[in-house]
Amino acid sequence: MNDLREELYRLPGGEKFNLCIQCGTCSASCPSVSAMRYSPRQVIALVRAGMVQEVLHSNAVWMCASCYMCTVRCPRDIQPTELMHTLQLLAARLGLIADRSPAPAFYRAFRASVKAHGRAHEFGIMFNFLLGRPGKALRMLPVAISLFRRGRLSLRVPRTRGASELATILSALRQGGESETPAALTVAQGGVSA
Amino acid sequence: MKAYSYFPGCCCDEGTGVAYGISTRAIAAPLEIELRRLADWNCCGSAPMWALDSAEGACASLRNLALAEQAGLDLVTHCSSCYLMLRKAHTVFTRDTALSFQLRRALRSAGLEYGGRVRVRHLAEILLDDLGPEAISRRVRKKLTGLRVGCYYGCQTVRPQGIDHPEFPTRLERLVASLGADAVDFPFKTRCCGASLMFSEDGLALSLVRKILESATARGVQCLVTVCPFCQINLDAFQRHVNGRFGTRFNVPVLFLTQLIGIALGLEPRSLGLEKNIVLPAPVLAAYVG
Ligand code: SF4
Ligand code: SF4
Repeated sequence: MNDLREELYRLPGGEKFNLCIQCGTCSASCPSVSAMRYSPRQVIALVRAGMVQEVLHSNAVWMCASCYMCTVRCPRDIQPTELMHTLQLLAARLGLIADRSPAPAFYRAFRASVKAHGRAHEFGIMFNFLLGRPGKALRMLPVAISLFRRGRLSLRVPRTRGASELATILSALRQGGESETPAALTVAQGGVSA
Repeated sequence: MKAYSYFPGCCCDEGTGVAYGISTRAIAAPLEIELRRLADWNCCGSAPMWALDSAEGACASLRNLALAEQAGLDLVTHCSSCYLMLRKAHTVFTRDTALSFQLRRALRSAGLEYGGRVRVRHLAEILLDDLGPEAISRRVRKKLTGLRVGCYYGCQTVRPQGIDHPEFPTRLERLVASLGADAVDFPFKTRCCGASLMFSEDGLALSLVRKILESATARGVQCLVTVCPFCQINLDAFQRHVNGRFGTRFNVPVLFLTQLIGIALGLEPRSLGLEKNIVLPAPVLAAYVG
């Protein structure tokens, strides 16, 4: 698993993981920490110790809400949010199922919708995701009904000419077989400007 | 009248955030903003696509950026997630790595080019920087005097970088004040609402929403405004859920900022999609409508 660690260290920003002073500011700022098997600070410590697999098997990365509070507060300018995203990517790529986290299934339902229609069809996504989860479906039902009554849940499947163009682009992306290289991972460390 | 390319985003176009799209288009004309819908736009990829395969997410956003570049105008979106994703794709693409080469080649397969010249902007930035609170104030026909409004920023509008300070933003308050309302500060205005975790981890997300509503109501707000469709749905549509789970009795309308501006401009509530809110704002707004 040290290959994975090396891969993470090679990312833009990855060289900073060694600067972490384990101050815990990230964990203290994290809205999800109570539900995470490993806190953001622990995730960094585990990655540094070469225990990436450990992290990928846990629910920690899928509990991240992408709120960026850890990122704006970290005194060492590490970007734990981007690390969480990269680890999600890694888990998805390696096909690791985090312990009972339903988030990946939700993400997959979302992606399938965008690939099929060019846009996210919320009703279809909810339907697909909740199909095999009766307990959750039952809890969500009143909300779904009230949204539907207010005209906020469209049954109409979106149609855009862009869908086929997007499909062309995505399939071209896969040609050349570069998707398995670390290059695909570097996106996650993108940061934001513009 | 200044013109922009307009990127509505999936949920604000005809989904759960449809009232945001409706009210944005409704206030554009009176504020003399021209929003030219980007033809054939597609989903920005959003967090799920970026998480499963970030190169795919980037491609989804880049196709929109390439289209906007052809139009030659700033690209405006009112969704905080689209705002973040589109800018992230721009950053990744213009960094000139092996990946950006790969992305460029993928775009070309559809006959598209992106030259890195598009400015992605949040609608709130247009209101604040291009128009300005004073100009909006001059167009107000129904002053919202006495209305106590809490501005809920949430996360991605201000983090990691956005329209204001990542932890202590105050600019939306200036817009609300320009409508004549009282902008009420509350401690949790930049705390996360759980965003898409509401689906995968509803227990956790509901407790986050509860804390935000508690923080705001303790300061006596009559309504909240937001500029993010996910914040809106979590705080509005799941409010009853929170009440059921925690035995609380919240009944706070959560408006899109554009809806509140529309009321102050004297527009009809129906033309602002106000009847689509789950916690209906009519009682709170009664004094200012009609
Ligand atoms: S806030 Fe930064 S330095 Fe502190 S523990 Fe977290 S990652 Fe390490
Ligand atoms: S970005 Fe993720 S890890 Fe960081 S504070 Fe927010 S939820 Fe926690």
